[in-house]
Order: sequence, then structure tokens, then C-alpha cells
Amino acid sequence: MSARAQTLLWLAQRASAAVLALCVIVHLATMVYAVRGGLSAAEILSRTRGSYGWFAFYALFVAAVAVHAPIGLRSVIHETLGWRGAPVNAGMLAIGMALALWGLRAVLAVFA
Amino acid sequence: MAMLKVAVWRGAEKGGFQTYEVPRLASQTVLDVVTHIQRAIDPSLAYRFACRVGVCGSCAMNVNGRARWTCRTHVEKVAADGQLEIAPLSNLPVIKDLVTNMEQFFDKWAKARGRFTGARTRDDDFARVMPDSPQRRHVDAGIECIGCGVCYSACDVVQWKPDYLGPAALNRAWTLHNDVRDTRRVERLVAVAGDAGCHACHTHMSCSERCPKQIAPTIGIAGLKRAAAAAALDGEL
Ligand code: SF4
Ligand code: SF4
Ligand code: FES
Repeated sequence: MSARAQTLLWLAQRASAAVLALCVIVHLATMVYAVRGGLSAAEILSRTRGSYGWFAFYALFVAAVAVHAPIGLRSVIHETLGWRGAPVNAGMLAIGMALALWGLRAVLAVFA
Repeated sequence: MAMLKVAVWRGAEKGGFQTYEVPRLASQTVLDVVTHIQRAIDPSLAYRFACRVGVCGSCAMNVNGRARWTCRTHVEKVAADGQLEIAPLSNLPVIKDLVTNMEQFFDKWAKARGRFTGARTRDDDFARVMPDSPQRRHVDAGIECIGCGVCYSACDVVQWKPDYLGPAALNRAWTLHNDVRDTRRVERLVAVAGDAGCHACHTHMSCSERCPKQIAPTIGIAGLKRAAAAAALDGEL
């Protein structure tokens, strides 16, 4: 992988970390509000179904996770196991895509 | 006379600590202790030093578990209980006793393109670099490196990734990156960017805490990360 590609991966991880920091705060605040307010599952669903705002928010959250996690995992694997190169990169790409798919499936489940 | 108990690494990669009793003297440095052992007790002990005044960078060792320049480390500061453990630097192959092979350490300076290339000849006038310009200040902050290897020995990422360029080489690259006379900025950024370069640094700051010259390689490495990222976005990299 070229120096440019490695640098862009680092940038993508920094940028996705910034998005995640925001998303996690909003997500936790929403959770606390929903639980303390005693909202039922049905009430929560009634708010998320058809809400493009929540859909966009959680789609962004999922996208940030799907970018951030595999890049970090790639470094962890490199540092702890010493594995690197094309097979590891391909594996990380697969993990990123799987996270994106599972995540979007969950988002769709509360939206549609 | 008060005596110091000194455990010294003997052997190469394989070896063990051997304990010596050394007279405790006023204003004694750790290098004085090692020198006493070699001159008065066991002449086969191998260690390195040259200047004894903190200039040459050859005397670094692990003292009670921390990398230090031994010629300017007072026993008083590190051996309050009269005990010393002296070992070779970490993250470098041991040749014998306290002597490490620093080849990879300096090879990485070359890999990080740690040499200056200018455009002027001897017929040109001097370059004028304002002392208070931001670049010159960055250079000043990192230029006093004596190449002792203390930071390299203290860095966890060097331990995890043997090809990581390490704090000293990257600090050198940062000083050249900020040298307005240098003409190989992009080439150097290519050399220091990525998984084995500046982007591998975890910002642990061990290097900055341990550097005997109070250099903060971490800050320079962060600067290189930003510079390389900007160059990648501009399509320069
Ligand atoms: S700040 Fe970076 S270079 Fe310095 S010790 Fe930590 S990981 Fe190593
Ligand atoms: S940066 Fe500091 S610790 Fe590292 S080699 Fe230079 S003087 Fe030694
Ligand atoms: S002997 Fe030169 S720096 Fe210590």
C-alpha cells in the first residue's frame, strides 16, 4: 500500500473518530432520555418509523463505525500479531462491509 | 565507606545480571559507577562513552528500568536506596554487556530522509531565516538531538513494530521539513508517512518524557502527520 493510501486511511480514521464522538454522545443522551422517560418499545418505534432525521443520524453512525473499526483493527493486528499486507487488508475490508450491512439492517428495522 | 549495590547486565541477548559493590562518592554519576567497575573490578565489562558531558550521545543505558544518559545522571537522583540496576538500551540488539548495536537506529534516520538537500551553492549569498519565524522555531525545538537512542528505547511502538522509524528519526525529519532551504520536502513526507512512519505513533509521549535534551519528538511527529495528510489531500504525496 502506498504512503498516500496509508495516510488517507489515517485521515479517514481521524475523521470517523470525530463523527463517532458526536454520534455516541447523541446516542447515549437519547438512550438515557428514552429509558428515564419510561418509553415503551412501541413508543420508541412510533418515533423512529418514517423519521428521516433519525434514519440519517443512525446511517451516519453506522458509516462511521464501518470506516473506523476496521482501520483500527488493522493497526492492532499489525502491532500485536505482526500480520500485514494484502490478506489482512482484504479481511478488514470484509469486516467493514459486514459492519455496514448489519448496521444498516438494524437502522432499516427501526425506520421501515 | 558507604557502598552501592550495582546489578549490571553481562552477556549479549542472552545473559544475566551480575552484582558489584561500588564505593559511593559525592557527585557520582551512573557512568562513574560503570567506569569504576570496569577499571577496578572487572576489565572485561563492555560499555560506551566518549564526551562524559552530555554531548556525544553514546552513554545511554537503562538505569533502574529507565533509559537515561548515564554521564549526566547522578546516582543520588536514581539510587536513593543505594541500589542500581544497569542494563543496555531496549529495542536494540545487544552486542556485549551494556553495548547495543545502533545500526538500525541510524539506518532509520537515513530512511526518514534525515539529510539536508539545498539549492544554493557556495557562490550564492547566505539564506536568511528569521529567528522568530514559526518554521525556525520548530527547528530550534528539535535540533539539539544528540542521537542517544533514549527515546527509541522508551517507545512502545518501536517494540511492537520493528520497522517503525521511531521518535528520533522522525524528529530529525521534522526539523528538515521546517528548514526553508531544503528542497526535498515531498520526498521526505513520502518517506515518513504511513504505517511504519509518523502515522504509527500512539502519542504515548514516553519519548518526550525521557529525552535528556528536553526535545518533544511527539510534537514533531504530530506535525508530520498533519503535513503528510495535507500533502495527501493536495495530491502531492
Ligand atoms: S509519542 Fe510516539 S514516538 Fe514517542 S514514545 Fe510514544 S509512540 Fe513512540
Ligand atoms: S530525541 Fe532526545 S532521546 Fe531521542 S535520540 Fe535525540 S536526544 Fe536522544
Ligand atoms: S558520554 Fe557523551 S553524552 Fe554521555
